[in-house]
Amino acid sequence: MKAAVITFPGSNCDRDLVVAFEAAGFEVERVWHKETDLPRGVDVVGIPGGFSFGDYLRCGAIAARSPIAAAVHGHAARGGYVLGICNGFQVLTETGLLPGALMRNAGLKFVCKVVRLRVDAVTDFTQSYGLGSEISLPIAHHDGNYTADANTLARLEGEGRVAFRYTNNPNGAAGDIAGIVSDNRRVLGLMPHPERAIDARLGGTDGAGVFGSLMGGMALA
Amino acid sequence: MKARVHVMLKDGILDPQGEAVRHALGTLGYGGVSGVRQGKVIELDLAGTDRVAAEADVRAMCEKLLANTVIEKFSIEIV
Repeated sequence: MKAAVITFPGSNCDRDLVVAFEAAGFEVERVWHKETDLPRGVDVVGIPGGFSFGDYLRCGAIAARSPIAAAVHGHAARGGYVLGICNGFQVLTETGLLPGALMRNAGLKFVCKVVRLRVDAVTDFTQSYGLGSEISLPIAHHDGNYTADANTLARLEGEGRVAFRYTNNPNGAAGDIAGIVSDNRRVLGLMPHPERAIDARLGGTDGAGVFGSLMGGMALA
Repeated sequence: MKARVHVMLKDGILDPQGEAVRHALGTLGYGGVSGVRQGKVIELDLAGTDRVAAEADVRAMCEKLLANTVIEKFSIEIV
């Protein structure tokens, strides 16, 4: 299975994301944002955390219009997997691949801590956790306050697309939403950082399930 | 020709930054401020001279990039 990890100017979790994919058994290629095509045979595209383009204009807004974005769109349209973490989630909402928007945290502070999350949807990204299980992952963001109009929120809930929910909301997100999937369930965006929790020596292993689930699901497909 | 784009959060979307500014104004003794909304102004220098075409162009720019219409509204002045 092959993963591509995109790097924008200001990405800072791209190397961690590569390590996390590799630890789960993926072959990984790194892709600079100015590329117009993904490497051949890519199964999953990872959009990492960080501060792409300095968060200028809006978090993720410039990255979402960079040359590689059209290729990511095409990959998703063909049913390919996309994983956007933190700034990557912001990029995915800015591209329109996921609905809603990430606004400034309700408390106005940058929040950097480990939070508890409940796995609220069975998807190819979460199947190894089991529905309703609780995990701990780090968050580190200023703009993680998920917002969408009432219809969109109702649709996400009705279709079981809230993949991760905070047990103790750190940022004001609607419905305690920490992560959502697309309608075909192949695109996941989440604010917490699973790639920072894949090693017992470095703050726990609860994040490894995202990458392991994906590998397991693809191996079956 | 210049275009000036005003981008604001839509009505009904909570603006925590505006709330913080309102709070600070209260601390300074301006208790009569009942609400603050914070937005941004973007100025564009445009090469063309056709105001109607320019406005249509800038509107497309707003929809594609300058505003996130999920949460923001915009208005355009050609000056």
